[in-house]
Amino acid sequence: MTAIRGNGRPAAPGGAAAPFLLRWSVLLVAVVCWELAARAQGSVYFPPPLRIARHARDLWFSGPVGHLFLTSAAVDTILPSLGRMAAGFALAAVAGIALGITVGRSRVAYALCNPVLQFARAVPPPALVPVFVVVFDFGTPMQVASIAFSAVWPVLVNSAEGARATDPLRLQVAAVLRLTAPERLWFLILPSALPRIFAGLRLSLSLSLILMVFSELLPGSDNGIGFTLTDAQTRSDLLTVWSALLLLGALGYLLNTGLLAVERRLVGARTSRGRTA
Amino acid sequence: MTRRQGLSLGLLGAALAFGVCEAVSRAGIVRRSYLPPASEVLARAVRLAGDPAFLDGIGVTLRAWALGLGLACAIAVPLGLLLGAVPVVEAAARAVTEFLRPLPSVALIPLVSLLLGSGTETEVTLIAYASLWPVLFNTVYALGETDPLAKETLRVFGFGRLAVLLRVELPTTAPFIAAGVRISAAVALILAVATELLSGFGQGLGIFIAQAETATDGTRDVLAGVVWAGGLGLVINGVLVGVERRLFAWAQESRPETGTSERGRP
Repeated sequence: MTAIRGNGRPAAPGGAAAPFLLRWSVLLVAVVCWELAARAQGSVYFPPPLRIARHARDLWFSGPVGHLFLTSAAVDTILPSLGRMAAGFALAAVAGIALGITVGRSRVAYALCNPVLQFARAVPPPALVPVFVVVFDFGTPMQVASIAFSAVWPVLVNSAEGARATDPLRLQVAAVLRLTAPERLWFLILPSALPRIFAGLRLSLSLSLILMVFSELLPGSDNGIGFTLTDAQTRSDLLTVWSALLLLGALGYLLNTGLLAVERRLVGARTSRGRTA
Repeated sequence: MTRRQGLSLGLLGAALAFGVCEAVSRAGIVRRSYLPPASEVLARAVRLAGDPAFLDGIGVTLRAWALGLGLACAIAVPLGLLLGAVPVVEAAARAVTEFLRPLPSVALIPLVSLLLGSGTETEVTLIAYASLWPVLFNTVYALGETDPLAKETLRVFGFGRLAVLLRVELPTTAPFIAAGVRISAAVALILAVATELLSGFGQGLGIFIAQAETATDGTRDVLAGVVWAGGLGLVINGVLVGVERRLFAWAQESRPETGTSERGRP
């Protein structure tokens, strides 16, 4: 990531190893400083990172080998959260891409839907969660629905833009070659819309994570990582709060890296890692 | 299709959506308490505009939003310029930022409310933290994309580092920074509403929604609050886009709103 810059600026002297070392050593130094400062101060609010990591391991990753080291607390906390997030994100992705491409292929449909879409996208997603609480009551359906409903808009809008921007010349060529509608979709419209679709998917993924946590933070939920956070907050158990934050950060990083890997495979190196929101 | 046709089709689409919501509710397909008729929601939203207490709440939310966003910009722009101008610092800071960025910001609400209590301070801190990233990353990336030729030319003529920054780099970066601010503005609104929804007392748009939720038959009020929230988001975005267009008319940035197909010649 550091090595290739748009203007060919050299990354840093010393080849590929130096920036790598520099990067991780700085992180290490920061963590060590935090550790030393926290030990010296003994503040309740900022426990040393080693204790946080150990606490996180004890809480979630000290289980038997047969369960991939997951404790039963982890199975009860992390898996429901991830499951709801996956369900919500998958729903949003499928619906967003399908609707987006439909809307984007017709100028009239695009013009019809545009203001409504812009409005839906402008609503801050947490504001909608209470609506779903009323409709579904607390629990998984309400959480999945609020994740899906919030995460669908970036994919939808971006897919529509992507499908709309398909090169008209190529479409005419396709018409001359008498490609059928599915063929046109598969060989022409999807590939050209794919970079935009993935830009939308990335936004949706981070929105899904936010909404997953938010829907679990609300009073009334009874499991998941967000619930662990509020529960620890009411007990002023700061170690658990910090551990949950660490876990969420790691999850966010892994999920984003995974999506980027998929994107690179599907879209190719030419457009991935464009400017993202 | 001309702009006017597009606009009228858009209005027609909005009217259709409105009509469908109204019909679904009136026909009793879903329970009326789940989805009140769109006209009732809209009427309620309009009536809220005359309610001083509600408007005060909006004011409180907007103040926290502006303070947080302002704080984020005040930190992110200089920091981004520093990171973008000195590659070593950027490489060094990247590991730290890559670890902080994927953390969903709403997850910090419990921690920050333990640290600062549940008040404006918490809200502003969270908003500032969350909206820091888009501005910061846009600044850093844009600075990396400034024209090397222009910079070299200035250097050859004996201009110093600061002069290059002020004369070449800042002007080229400014539109990107503005785009970052626009994204941050939406993020800040999300955090403002989320924090208020969870804190549950005091004043603000999120608190109005949270309290309406618990009232019997409160969906209408919740939805009216959502209409306001979406309206605020639209107005904020519209104003920022307008400011960007006016200030950076010379910048050839293809914004998503302008689309690209109009310019593609068949």
